[in-house]
Amino acid sequence: MNPLIRQLVSPLLLAFVLDGADVAAAAKKAAPPRAEPAKPAAPAGDKLAIGYLAQQREYLPPLASFLSTATDAGVQGARLGIADDNTTGAFTLQQFELKETVIGADGDPAAAFKALRADGLRHILIDLPTEAAAALAALPEAADTLLYNVADSADELRGGRCAPNLLHLVPSRAMRADALAQYLAKKRWTKLFLAAGTTPQDALYAVAVKRAAPRFGLKIVEEKPWEHRFDERRTPESEVPVFSQGSDYDVMVVADENGNFGDLLSYRTWSPRPVAGTQGLVPTAWHPTLEHWGAIQLQSRFREQAKRWMTETDYAAWLAVRAIGEAAARTKSVDFGRIREYLLSDAFALAGFKGVPLSFRRWDGQLRQPVLLAAERSLVAVAPIEGFLHPRNELDTLGYDQPETLCKSPH
Amino acid sequence: MTRFRPLVLSPLLLAAWFALPARADTLYVTLEKDNALAVVDGASGKLVKTVKIGKRPRGIALSKDAKLLYVAASDSNTIQVIDAASLKIVGKLPSDDDPETFALDPEGATMFVSNEDDNRVTVIDIAQKKAVKRIPVGVEPEGIAVSPDGRWVVSTSETTNMAHWIERHSLAIADNTLVDPRPRYATFTADSQQLWVSSEIAGSVTVIDAASRQPVKSIGFKIPGVTQEKIQPVGIKIDPQRRYAYVALGPANRIAVVDAKTLEVQDYWLVGQRVWNLEFSPDYKRLYTTNGLSNDISIIDLENRKVTKSVAVGQYPWGVTVKP
Repeated sequence: MNPLIRQLVSPLLLAFVLDGADVAAAAKKAAPPRAEPAKPAAPAGDKLAIGYLAQQREYLPPLASFLSTATDAGVQGARLGIADDNTTGAFTLQQFELKETVIGADGDPAAAFKALRADGLRHILIDLPTEAAAALAALPEAADTLLYNVADSADELRGGRCAPNLLHLVPSRAMRADALAQYLAKKRWTKLFLAAGTTPQDALYAVAVKRAAPRFGLKIVEEKPWEHRFDERRTPESEVPVFSQGSDYDVMVVADENGNFGDLLSYRTWSPRPVAGTQGLVPTAWHPTLEHWGAIQLQSRFREQAKRWMTETDYAAWLAVRAIGEAAARTKSVDFGRIREYLLSDAFALAGFKGVPLSFRRWDGQLRQPVLLAAERSLVAVAPIEGFLHPRNELDTLGYDQPETLCKSPH
Repeated sequence: MTRFRPLVLSPLLLAAWFALPARADTLYVTLEKDNALAVVDGASGKLVKTVKIGKRPRGIALSKDAKLLYVAASDSNTIQVIDAASLKIVGKLPSDDDPETFALDPEGATMFVSNEDDNRVTVIDIAQKKAVKRIPVGVEPEGIAVSPDGRWVVSTSETTNMAHWIERHSLAIADNTLVDPRPRYATFTADSQQLWVSSEIAGSVTVIDAASRQPVKSIGFKIPGVTQEKIQPVGIKIDPQRRYAYVALGPANRIAVVDAKTLEVQDYWLVGQRVWNLEFSPDYKRLYTTNGLSNDISIIDLENRKVTKSVAVGQYPWGVTVKP
């Protein structure tokens, strides 16, 4: 009966095993140090294996029973990226493979990572908790690899705990909060009520909102924690009005990354106020409502493959695999050093169906990209919002810009 | 009385027609959102008629004898054949799913269709109304062009970022040229020596030498007061003398005028919003642009180098073709 019963997401494990020859070839390619001059692309059939390492998380069941959580978020995006890379590879004589490893909630990410390394993989997508991601990047075995973070928004991983071998395909919390703040500033909805949940992630989301607000002239006029007391969950119609009563504010900004209560706020607040943040108007890298810039093509290709909508993690994983494929096509090589160099060069421009070229910030490894502001059935805006200017690239109005970065080991 | 009006007016109209410096022509504009075709008189800039056609019509071309229109009805998954005079749908061609753009060979006998969802080019024998070949290309093929000398069919794929060179007679891919990210439109110069490809994301046009299939130059665009992200080149038209090329710059709402010999940008002309495709009048004295977001077309007088008119046509005008 307890709605808070935690359930373990059913295991997903589809291993794509390289045959012996491929492993040997991949290991041979992986062996030389980065400094060695890149050898020219072989005339026929360069192969590159890309790893996907995910750890199951404990999820709360969604508030409404008709909603479901995708249990294969991320890996489906990576698979589509591999298919796209191989379509291109048919013309460039390059072949891409995905090796998927999913470990249980109590599994050891480092051991799984080392197994992938032993197979000769050096490009590894990771869907791991913050702590595990930071620990992996610091392993000696990770020195000559690139880890592509496709799921974690922690600012810490782009800041104090950044690593030169860690790239981020999903927007940070700071980018999301800045995107939302730009839109609210444009609407002149400047007074915010911040309702934060009790998880550590909610606290970090709230920190990002508090950082963003003064940057764009917004004010948090009230901040209240939403505690998971039985009454609040059972009778939102009585609890939410009381919770939201008091201050005069324009928008209720909610920090509830696990979806425990955020959906209960809309239409129940004391005053008629819109809800934004982790629920309501949501800043996100990807959303089913995005159809512009050819995005409808990616949406429909993904749906055909996965039989569901593309999530943000799928999009990030697709981007990671496409970035590697694009670098391999442009450098005409699957050499690790050349791909790495190209990914972080000025020449790298990834088409991500959001109207502008995407590229990596060399100061923290974050992929600069527009952030969508989406309601459930409507794409409301795309940040950077027109008018927020930047001397070099307007995408850098979102998140930690070069002068502000806390990352001490740039890429 | 009204019955006699056409008789009275006809000579006057004829007189007016002869007095005009440019010859009369008829524009056919596909309206992506209205599922319709707009017919515009080019000389007067008047919307003559709008007729309902298939779903999400985009690419459009005229048959060689100018009697039939071919329209890619993307969401109807077909190429519709429309009588250019009566505007009645008289047939369809088997294009496979989601046809967006297509090109005809110089004889007007074969059609090459980009199938964005299936990563292939469908080759259609128009007389037989039959798909004779499906050629696998890169991810999301869009731009397609046949060289006027009939040697090449080029397909550009948006996610693979390549121009695929298909030999027209063997229908085999002979070469691939990497171009700037997200190529949208491809066209040959009249002498078949160069291929021009626009790249939406890079904001550039790549000019490729057809003999070597190597890029000659990437043309960039810079407009004071317009952010670089807004400059997303799409449609390209190059005059037969290869003096000027005109490039539609999408949400920058401008046409770039490029010296087609030096490959330097000469000028930018303000047109409607999100300018998409272009077409010349048959005498090359006018240029027409479809403006997707302002729901109109712009008419440009190329002799005086001036935008003379905008004509409201309907929702999301996409493609345009012109009948003499």
